[in-house]
Amino acid sequence: MATGLTILDPTSESNPSTRQLLARPDDIKGHTIALLDISKPRGNVFLDRLEELLTERGAKVKRFAKPTFTKPAPVDLRHEIATQCTLVIEALAD
Amino acid sequence: MSTTAPLLPNGFVVIVKHECATCQMVEPVLAAIAASGAPLTVYTQDNPDFPESVPHTLDSTLAVSWHYDIETVPTLLVIENGVEVGRTFGWSQAEWQRITGIDSLGADLPVTRPGCGSMSVDPDRVDALRAAFTDSPVISRHIEFSSAEDEFEAMYARGWTDGLPVIPPTRERVLRMLTGTTRHPQDIVAIAPPDLVELTVEKIAINAVMAGCLPEYMPWVIAALEAVCNDQFNMHGVLATTMPVGPVIICNGPGTRAIGMNSGINAFGQGNRANNTIGRAVQLTIRNVGGGRPGEVDRATHGNPGKISFCFAEDEENSPFTSLATERGVPPGQNAVTVFAGEGPRCVVDQLARTPEELTESLAACLLTVHHPKLVIGFDAILTLSPDHGRVYAEAGWSREKLLAEITERTLRPGADLVRGAQGMAEGVPPHLRDSTLPKFRAGGLLLTYAGGGAGLFSSIVAGWANGAIGSDPVTRIVGS
Repeated sequence: MATGLTILDPTSESNPSTRQLLARPDDIKGHTIALLDISKPRGNVFLDRLEELLTERGAKVKRFAKPTFTKPAPVDLRHEIATQCTLVIEALAD
Repeated sequence: MSTTAPLLPNGFVVIVKHECATCQMVEPVLAAIAASGAPLTVYTQDNPDFPESVPHTLDSTLAVSWHYDIETVPTLLVIENGVEVGRTFGWSQAEWQRITGIDSLGADLPVTRPGCGSMSVDPDRVDALRAAFTDSPVISRHIEFSSAEDEFEAMYARGWTDGLPVIPPTRERVLRMLTGTTRHPQDIVAIAPPDLVELTVEKIAINAVMAGCLPEYMPWVIAALEAVCNDQFNMHGVLATTMPVGPVIICNGPGTRAIGMNSGINAFGQGNRANNTIGRAVQLTIRNVGGGRPGEVDRATHGNPGKISFCFAEDEENSPFTSLATERGVPPGQNAVTVFAGEGPRCVVDQLARTPEELTESLAACLLTVHHPKLVIGFDAILTLSPDHGRVYAEAGWSREKLLAEITERTLRPGADLVRGAQGMAEGVPPHLRDSTLPKFRAGGLLLTYAGGGAGLFSSIVAGWANGAIGSDPVTRIVGS
């Protein structure tokens, strides 16, 4: 095949690894669920109600919050959630 | 092609080209050197039959000319044990006689004649020669298009453009771009958001080629990327926000004139290569290396056209004020960039004010509308005065500090006017601030700059994004080499 122009790759030349989703749990009873508030206004209103509903169904709920919605969650916070909880719900608001 | 210099034979080595009249003139001289019995090697750059009177070798790849830095033909070299120990270029009777030791050499020729440009420094050839002969540590993957592919369409299809065509980043062009900086191609400039990948000088150079930069813009592009890729500026958040902001780059220092930046007529607009391609290179780098693309991490509701490029220089020569860079601690005479998370510019019209007080009232009234007349403190802004508005302050002797203090005084608002629900508008500040007096901008939140020109009794406002630790702070960086 005749070839054309050769250029240098402008990208990072890396591909994100694809991760398999965990199987959906049959029941939330007995699970510890992290509710991650991204710190947008009124996110707490939504999460308060979620906490009520989840607790009613037998889950244990732990609340976490990002320092600011404008930046990714700090590594320590992600680690804390991963070690203390089995499920996580990240919530937006406004 | 070899990246090491070819070994030259001992004795005299002369590099010529047929196209050069001086080379033709010295042909009898070459014959005389050969006749003297001295070891002579002649390399010819263009015509394999020239010079007829002496044996010669065609420097077909220009390897000899490139590696021995031949800028002018004819050049006479003296080689001993494979090492150059003498050189003259062009025709100088005295020099050629001294170097060869032949007293009568070229006695019938004029005393001096300048030579001609070597083909190895021909601007049309030099990039390819650099790419062929330079052992450059450029390590990016090579991507070969098929001959049936249109490279411009192919680059668009691969998602590497901002919607406008980009220059294909061939190795030749990237190596030329790298001549604009003293930094090593594999130096890591920053960790590029949102994918948090190591951003090398080489990857910046590739994207700068695509953006249309000249090599001399490289230090500015590097400094701007250093300025946006950190927690303080928070490029990740600037991308991810639904607000219409992008990095606005304000350039200061004598280098802005050296690279031909526009700080005058249409400073924010189209038409100037440096202004438009420096900002574009920053955005293409964030897109291609960092992975920040609209609809993915970039969630802007509307965005703004300045997200292709929004970069300008302050008109420091004519400004009545100290420059933004000086204000932000940059020593005078240094080049610097300041990055600001901003939306597009809006115009302040006041064609009637003749006193600084009147004009400040107008500026304050317009600044109060930044993002919403009832929202305060949380957003910064850039105010850019034009020469016609700046003159009002210059004639009255107002300093930067005086003007900013007067604006601050005129942008204080009673909390009762700003609380949620006041004036029939739900938007506003929380109710507990009802009895406060609130400034429109946080301390230092209004960045005063001076640009634009010829005529026009206008100023310009660029509104920012959420400021401080929860959003973005302006960042200033010195431009290196």
